[in-house]
Amino acid sequence: MSIGSAIPGNAGRVNADALDADARGESFGLLALLSPGLFLVFAVIIVPIGWLFWLSLFDEAGQLSASNYARFFEQASYIKTFVTTFKVAFTVTGASVLLGYPLAYMLSQLPRRAASICLIFVILPFWTSVLVRTYAWLVILQRKGLINSWLIDLGVIGQPLPLANNFTGVVIGMTHIMLPFLVLPLYASMKTIDTDCLRAGMNLGASPAATFRQIFFPLSLPGLASGVVIVFVLCLGFFVTPALMGGGKVIMWAMRMEQTTSLYSNWGAGAALGVVLLAVTLALLGLFQWLLGARATGVWSQR
Amino acid sequence: MMENSLPISHRQRLWLYALGGLVMLFLIAPSVIIVIMSFSGSSLLQFPPQEWSLRWYQSYFGSVEWRDATIVSVKVAVMTAIVATPLGTAAAYAINAGTLRLTGLINALLTASLIIPVILIGIGTFFLYARIGLNNTLTGLVIAHTVQALPLVVLTVLSGLRSYDMNQEKVARSLGAGRFSAFFQVTMPQIRFSIVSGALFAFITSFDEVVVSLFVSGGETTTLTRRMFNALRDQIDPTIAAISTCLIVLSIVLLSAAQLFGRGR
Repeated sequence: MSIGSAIPGNAGRVNADALDADARGESFGLLALLSPGLFLVFAVIIVPIGWLFWLSLFDEAGQLSASNYARFFEQASYIKTFVTTFKVAFTVTGASVLLGYPLAYMLSQLPRRAASICLIFVILPFWTSVLVRTYAWLVILQRKGLINSWLIDLGVIGQPLPLANNFTGVVIGMTHIMLPFLVLPLYASMKTIDTDCLRAGMNLGASPAATFRQIFFPLSLPGLASGVVIVFVLCLGFFVTPALMGGGKVIMWAMRMEQTTSLYSNWGAGAALGVVLLAVTLALLGLFQWLLGARATGVWSQR
Repeated sequence: MMENSLPISHRQRLWLYALGGLVMLFLIAPSVIIVIMSFSGSSLLQFPPQEWSLRWYQSYFGSVEWRDATIVSVKVAVMTAIVATPLGTAAAYAINAGTLRLTGLINALLTASLIIPVILIGIGTFFLYARIGLNNTLTGLVIAHTVQALPLVVLTVLSGLRSYDMNQEKVARSLGAGRFSAFFQVTMPQIRFSIVSGALFAFITSFDEVVVSLFVSGGETTTLTRRMFNALRDQIDPTIAAISTCLIVLSIVLLSAAQLFGRGR
């Protein structure tokens, strides 16, 4: 428009129209580039989820009702599933912070070369199949597994410890899978902390501990928050590890969905579970984005 | 930035290195243990193994079921990479142009499969496929995996495009190159490493995918991960250690390739 208006009279009008048409064509071209991808996402994710949502509104007799949702508050087994899920999610997130913060801190303080070598230890598990890692933990933790046979051989314990097929096993296996999701964003944000701020603090007489506590730690909190949110959200909907390492005793949200739909063919109830899970996930991510203005998918875009 | 610029010696940091080292051990030990155990000669789980053999690899490669499942997975992963890479590259190009409205919405849609619980996508896809007859087909698997792989291609190519000066393409077009030849002759050669990385990520995403495959694959199209999952539900068969080792090696090879291509920029 600005070029068009600089030229007087009719010619300007023609130019402006041509430019507008050009911009429209450009936009259409870009939309055309996007459309195959968007169409697939729409067809395979949005449509089925909308359909499931619609299904969840009807009871088994085909009547419009809220019974699929009401049962979450009435049946003790559902309440137990939610309690278990949140317990696992909180424990795994806590364990990931306890293990991940020191690692990310160390990585951020190491010289560049050493850091990129150590980073392999985070990235390789990140790209290793979840199944492979769950299998490994089964081998390590089960009744006749490595840890138990070592401890018994050493005479530390007489009876094998119950490490797999229970809550402990699920938490250990899931922490291993979630740790990179916490470390990667945390490390990226720690690297952006200006060393001059820390040096200034130390020059002014702060001890290393005080510098960490009063300067570094507060500056690392946004990165920590983004790691915590992504880990927590992924935990809520996690399926593979609890299904294989829970021994049928630790029933989490996603397993419940699988059982309700595959085993009992109760699509309404399964769909309702999915809708609530999605709502909780989006609410947590939305809250996070609103509070910190950061995108939760950042963890996948850096290596 | 100067390295180790804080007046704290490495000695004062020993406890931090020890702690970080332990966490790194926690992260890497399971894979190392599985690789070593896959060469064990005994069907008992002993570590370190008392005797060595390749019997679990023979049992993997000798089994028709495992071999068929592996072939299905390879086929699906190759096709997923072939489909997802151009789609993701085109989408990344359009997002990078940045002139479209609703960029936030478009980003959210394209990266939705990273955020939406995968169990919900699995059930939804199964439900949709049951209506249109795509369950237990290679086509269905490729479509489902393409949606999973798309965000990774988009994000990888986008990061390549961000470090590329789009004015070069404009110059080519002002000199008379068509839109497509400008892209293929000027832009693509310069972001080809990101595109190849994206394709490798798409391949590994599809190859390692479990949950959606559990729902939409079966019978003749049972993927390797689905068969592994079912085998793990029953018992711990050391053959899976051999398969796992192959998967770990595949991850290492593809990641190194992606890193090398990333360097080549």
